Amino acid sequence: MRGLSTRTFLVHGLLAGLLAGLAAFVVAYAVGEPHVDRAIALETGAADEAAGAPAPDGHDHTHEHAAADGHSHGEDAAVSRTTQSTWGLATGTLAIGVVLGGLTGLLSAAGLGRLGSLRPAASTALVALLGAVSFSLVPFLKYPATPPAVGSGETVDSRTALYFGFVAVSLVAVVAAVAAARRAMHRWGAVPAVVAGLATYVAAVTVAALAFPKVDELGTFPAGVLWDFRVASLLTLLATWVVIGAALTVLVDRTWRRQAAVEAQRAFAASL
Amino acid sequence: MAHAISSPASISGAGSAPSDLAIPVRELAPWLVLGALLALSVLVLISSVQGAITIPEGTAIHEWVHDGRHLLGFPCH
Repeated sequence: MRGLSTRTFLVHGLLAGLLAGLAAFVVAYAVGEPHVDRAIALETGAADEAAGAPAPDGHDHTHEHAAADGHSHGEDAAVSRTTQSTWGLATGTLAIGVVLGGLTGLLSAAGLGRLGSLRPAASTALVALLGAVSFSLVPFLKYPATPPAVGSGETVDSRTALYFGFVAVSLVAVVAAVAAARRAMHRWGAVPAVVAGLATYVAAVTVAALAFPKVDELGTFPAGVLWDFRVASLLTLLATWVVIGAALTVLVDRTWRRQAAVEAQRAFAASL
Repeated sequence: MAHAISSPASISGAGSAPSDLAIPVRELAPWLVLGALLALSVLVLISSVQGAITIPEGTAIHEWVHDGRHLLGFPCH
């Protein structure tokens, strides 16, 4: 019988991820793009002022340097701003949405029946919540998104290594937290399990956040634009995860109810 | 019939505790391995290729996914 199999979870997850990618694109385009444009306008303005001379912060984004760097943001970029903000942006949000949705589906399959006495819908929602917190929200608190014009091309290697290093620590911490919670559940019950899980995760990421170095390449970038961009980026990530969590939970719950109805029918038929 | 098959009470009461639904690790493992590797590949492609990772040559991929990198919170420049 087709019930809550791994396949079902993956299909539901991919579908939820596709919807999430679309939602993320809509939010990013409507809320985020105006601030990306403002940041690029600031960068281009600064570059025009400093034409011929390197930018004061050693930034290599000016038009002159862009040629050497092979990367620029203005209208002379290899991919036009219009394409970047539509098809390019959609490529990114859809790919990330589908991948995160599919993986959340598979992890929900692993969580099924293994997270205390939670029913399928609840355990799926919990897995999505843990994914959102550990993969996106907590890393954002340590290394928040930066608009174009913030962050140099020369440090992108180390910034990327730090970012994904922190994400990796956060993911390991959440796995450890779930393991601790399951042990506590076994010995003491549900409330101690939640406390043990939370304590493990918070302790691990706090230590990591203090140990990982700070990245500050803001220079004189206007705080208002930075704040607006970061709120927009956070909303994009939230849209992704909220849709993954909600759609996956609804789909899993629907499948489970059907499966249970069929089982109940069979049990009834067998009792006749 | 007294057996209301669609009510939530009868669903949980149908003799199945949540732990009965658990999918064996043997069945899950191959999906998770491939899923994780695939997720990692796409993540690297969208977040870091022609940025932190300077292969392949050029900037076309970087330019194409540029706005997504910034707005999805990945380090970019």
